[in-house]
Amino acid sequence: MSKIPAYYGFWHHLGSWLLKTSSWLVLLFLILPILVIIPLSFNVEPFFSFTEGMLTLQPEAFSLRWYEAIFSDTKWTLAIKNSFLIGIFATLIATVLGTCAAVGLARDDMPARRLITALLLSPMIVPLIITAAGMFFFYSDLGLAGNYLGVIIAHAALGTPFVIITVTATLTGFDYSLARAALNLGATPLRVFFDIIMPLIRPGVISGALFAFITSFDEVVVILFMAGPQQRTIPRQMFSGLREQINPSILAIATLLILVSIALLVTIELLRRRAERLRGVERID
Amino acid sequence: MSSLTTLEAGQAANARNKKRLTAFLFVVPLLVFILITFVAPIASMLWRSVHHPIVAELIPQTLSELQRWDGKSTPDRQTLQTFAVELHKLNAERLSGKLAEEFNRAYTGMSSVVKASARRVGRLSESQLQAEGAETLLKAHKNWEKPQLWFAIQRAGQVYTYDYYLTALDLEIHPEQGIQVREDTQIYVQLYTKTLNMALVITLLCALLGYPLAYYLSGLPENRANLLMVLVLLPFWTSLLVRTTAWIALLQTNGVINSFLLGIGVIGQPYEMLYTSFATVVAMTHILLPFMILPLYSVMRGIDPSYLRAAMSLGAKPLPAFARIYFPMTLPGLSAGALLVFIISVGYYITPALVGGTDGQMISNIIAFHMQRSNNWELAAALGSLLLGLILLLYWVYDRFVGASNIKLG
Repeated sequence: MSKIPAYYGFWHHLGSWLLKTSSWLVLLFLILPILVIIPLSFNVEPFFSFTEGMLTLQPEAFSLRWYEAIFSDTKWTLAIKNSFLIGIFATLIATVLGTCAAVGLARDDMPARRLITALLLSPMIVPLIITAAGMFFFYSDLGLAGNYLGVIIAHAALGTPFVIITVTATLTGFDYSLARAALNLGATPLRVFFDIIMPLIRPGVISGALFAFITSFDEVVVILFMAGPQQRTIPRQMFSGLREQINPSILAIATLLILVSIALLVTIELLRRRAERLRGVERID
Repeated sequence: MSSLTTLEAGQAANARNKKRLTAFLFVVPLLVFILITFVAPIASMLWRSVHHPIVAELIPQTLSELQRWDGKSTPDRQTLQTFAVELHKLNAERLSGKLAEEFNRAYTGMSSVVKASARRVGRLSESQLQAEGAETLLKAHKNWEKPQLWFAIQRAGQVYTYDYYLTALDLEIHPEQGIQVREDTQIYVQLYTKTLNMALVITLLCALLGYPLAYYLSGLPENRANLLMVLVLLPFWTSLLVRTTAWIALLQTNGVINSFLLGIGVIGQPYEMLYTSFATVVAMTHILLPFMILPLYSVMRGIDPSYLRAAMSLGAKPLPAFARIYFPMTLPGLSAGALLVFIISVGYYITPALVGGTDGQMISNIIAFHMQRSNNWELAAALGSLLLGLILLLYWVYDRFVGASNIKLG
């Protein structure tokens, strides 16, 4: 409805004006709460609200003290290190297993596909509190609670559904005669996978990996139940900060996390365009 | 097909089976991984909600003595004697605290009684107890006379039990009347109802806010729509904790919204908005809104606007044309988004825990409470199993009508 046709009357104009206004209000509702954090993180006072000095833009009302506070506090630096360490290893496991499974699930001759897909996607649907409670009992019995291995495995399980979804999406319309041709020409199945299938589904694999990473990076419930003090991650540290002593260093770390999400968003968007271009090329063939 | 010989048919079947096996082999590693790391833990939690051997392990002899008890009066001397001896043993092994906790769960107020009785019994020797154990117990506290207490102990001594499900549904079992609604505290059914209500409100709000926005975006030229979609996707990609932090900063008593309203003179004193169910609903609507917008937008993009124009050029008024032509075509997106938002919000934990106060807590929060604070893991497991049952039912509906693999991820 980009252009309003000339035969539209008054009510149409009013209607489209209302639609536009309400849409913009919703967009503001979505984005403003996130943007508000950024200036607040430079507050020189230990408050969560704008001071008069900030509103009148006096330079002395702003400072980097909360950013310094983060990087000089070993709790936060350990949390940052843990978040990346756990996220990266969980992503590796989730991506390898998820990609492999998606390739199988996309084949026409996959038995019990619907049931297996529903089962493999269930970590995304089951409430985290239930997953965390179950994992806490089970992993403690195996000696996997309170160490890195347990947390990494748990996060890998939570990340796999996203890899399956994104890779399956790039596999729809995948031309299996390419793989068969390679097999006929004498390539081993492994080589077919890496040389033929992999390049075509790479955008899906990478965006799946990013989803798996953000899932782990953002996850806090399982960490709350299973991780020991040595495995505290950024969200875990934020959670206790918000519960115990609220101060703007949380806003500083939140601002840094917003930058991370902007970077991820841009990467995903570029990958999506690339995937569309690749699929476009396929259609021409 | 009739032209195939048996041999050819067999070969074809073999080839087909081989293909099926190859496809399946790709899935096996993840399937095994998920079964061990995800399904098994949840199954073990379900098991824990019905399997409770602790009391049976602590006082096996008392429980076997209780088998010949009539259930109406105080158990006979010998049963009390046996219990006194077992309590003495537990006191010596420092296990009486565990027993006190278990009894307290079965019969409120028993924690101190068991501890006091254990101290008293502990002062006597085992042979003394065999002679006058029953009297010692009855002197320690008059609760040991009550048949209701022994009935509760008998129930707690069952290795396999559905009692935690009764508690989770605010029911209790009574020696005479059988299963009935709990008399003292009824919190869980109310909490489930509140959780479902809040999830419903959040879903409706998401639909109300998301539908016009998705409709507006779907009518824009693609470049502009993609640009504005960034405003939807950025919150979607932003950490949950960040978004919850943002709402704390906004809603606090001296937070951004209150200072703004005070500053322009709309209100005389700050509103208490944080730590209420209002805060939970607003923050969760903000967090889940992208899950509604994304499926709606992708469905609406695929609808040819000429349908609506055709209806109107044939004489339909705009509103009826929208309601009867356009809206039904967007139902797949709307139902997908609504189900997803509802499923996610029913089981939400973090946001209610941080902004909800006591008023805005949901069922997940009470599960966490029983896991971490009251250490009543069995009750947590029973409450969790009920929640899981509900979620799986909704997931089944989602899979049937939308398809699990059609979940939109930006």
